[in-house]
Amino acid sequence: MPEWKHTRQGYADALIELARRDDRILVLDSDVAKATKTCDFEVVFPDRFFNCGVQEGNMMCVAAGLALEGYIPFATTFATFAAFRAGDMVRNAIAYPKLNVKIGATHAGITTGGDGASHQCNEDIAVMRALPNMTVLVPGDYEESRQATLAAASMYGPVYLRFGRDVYPVVEELHDGFAIGKAKLLRRGDDLTIVTTGILVSEGLAAAETLEGEGIATRVLHLPTVKPLDEEALLRAARETRGFVTVEEHNILGGLGEAVAALVSLHHPRPVARVGVRDVFGESGQASELLDLYHLRAAHIVSSAHAVLAPALR
Amino acid sequence: MLTAETIHRLQEVARAIRRDIIEMVYRANSGHIGGSLGAADLLTCLYFHVMRHRPSQPDWADRDRFILSKGHCSPVLYATLARCGYFPAEDLQQFRRTGSHLQGHPYAPKTPGVDVSTGTLGLGISTGGGMALAAKLRGQHHRVFILCGDGEIQEGQAWEAAMFANKYKLDNIIGFVDRNYLQTDGYSEDIMPLDPLRPKWEAFGWRTLQIDGHDLRAIIGAIDEVPSHPGKPTMIILRTVKGKGVSFMENEAMWHGTPPNQDQYERAMQELADA
Repeated sequence: MPEWKHTRQGYADALIELARRDDRILVLDSDVAKATKTCDFEVVFPDRFFNCGVQEGNMMCVAAGLALEGYIPFATTFATFAAFRAGDMVRNAIAYPKLNVKIGATHAGITTGGDGASHQCNEDIAVMRALPNMTVLVPGDYEESRQATLAAASMYGPVYLRFGRDVYPVVEELHDGFAIGKAKLLRRGDDLTIVTTGILVSEGLAAAETLEGEGIATRVLHLPTVKPLDEEALLRAARETRGFVTVEEHNILGGLGEAVAALVSLHHPRPVARVGVRDVFGESGQASELLDLYHLRAAHIVSSAHAVLAPALR
Repeated sequence: MLTAETIHRLQEVARAIRRDIIEMVYRANSGHIGGSLGAADLLTCLYFHVMRHRPSQPDWADRDRFILSKGHCSPVLYATLARCGYFPAEDLQQFRRTGSHLQGHPYAPKTPGVDVSTGTLGLGISTGGGMALAAKLRGQHHRVFILCGDGEIQEGQAWEAAMFANKYKLDNIIGFVDRNYLQTDGYSEDIMPLDPLRPKWEAFGWRTLQIDGHDLRAIIGAIDEVPSHPGKPTMIILRTVKGKGVSFMENEAMWHGTPPNQDQYERAMQELADA
């Protein structure tokens, strides 16, 4: 059995690492520091941590002001507040002037669980990838979250970092070669490509294992960067395999799946099936129950793979 | 000491800026005249007397910062910056045109001298809070000046920012509310009442003054005594006349965002020439 860890802890641990070597790093939170884990940062660097209270919009603009003065602020809140409550501030105060603000968004996706649909943000990737200048990182486990956070600090410009609430399986294959904008080839295969982002990578890998057993050679491309998209890796997969199943803990509208479909439909048309939340709001429950209920499991990926390959197999 | 000569010089600058504003909005056939005219006296005082800044070095680290939080009044900011020498006055003719660095609302990456990009209302005090906090962290002594519209502070975020500046004792912020009682759809107290405004800011922990926003001596005097009040951000409520300087534009809500026709343009320029 794999180890399970919080992706948000990877974020918080990386912030402490960053702050030790770069005095421009500051952390802002909006009265959810215990939940986002930035409370750990506050203990180590109390003078570089600013709790803005329940003021997400103000926090984003304060971060913009700090960035204008040369600091690298990490503005931290839940995904739904970052993308929607403070969406105007992220657009106008951060993305438009292309300021060096990093947005740490936790509690993204259906696995936020018991808090219900108000907090299970399945629409943030759509909003963030539609913003010019914005880089969108959706890491898949603790370690990849840590590396994504480090990488965000090392590039200039606004970055949206997406993390979950729950513990998620540690996926060893993710731990090498993180680079913004680069896909990771987790598994080779020339029949079908499964494209994953975020914490459903473990379901994607499990589905590939099942498909392999059926004689379907399945490639798994993991994209911790949703924007900019690794077009080269995706178009190679379009040429070398017969279709795609995209997998994301997000609405099928506006997310990774649409990005992949838009790319391949122009350059090398292949069928693209999207596994994700099917344009509905979630409900309260255990994360594991919700993954079943909203059809986000390996078994659903396998069914989608069959559907994609059906015309070719007929 | 403010001599009569200095005041006269500033008044002449303000009049020239007002002419620029009329010219820009007339040529662009769009833009916000009323609030721009109303803020011309403040920006003149700031850029031509109060602020430490270097037009030849717009990113000088120790300059005083200015945020036009009511970004729609970009004409007054652009005219002021051009007259300071941040960019050629001819550029003003390209306001709101494709290829121009003078966007409808201030955009810092394009325009020399614009410190902060604004346009969506209610954000400037927050961004100024971040800039003022940065100055505190670095031990810098410059000031952050922020101009808000009165309609603008109907936005809840203005009050979030007010709390933030109070919490972190950002006494390097000097804010202004352009209190002209008019907003796009009419009289502010009909649209969404703001009065009593001064006790609101005081209750949020700001040292608050109220002065005549067209009295140059009062504006400069109010800013001069800020350093004697450490630990608190300052808000100066400027009682202003929207459309100030052009008789038929004064106190008329319609001049919030309407460009003048040729006749109105000529009459306005005449009035400002004769002033």
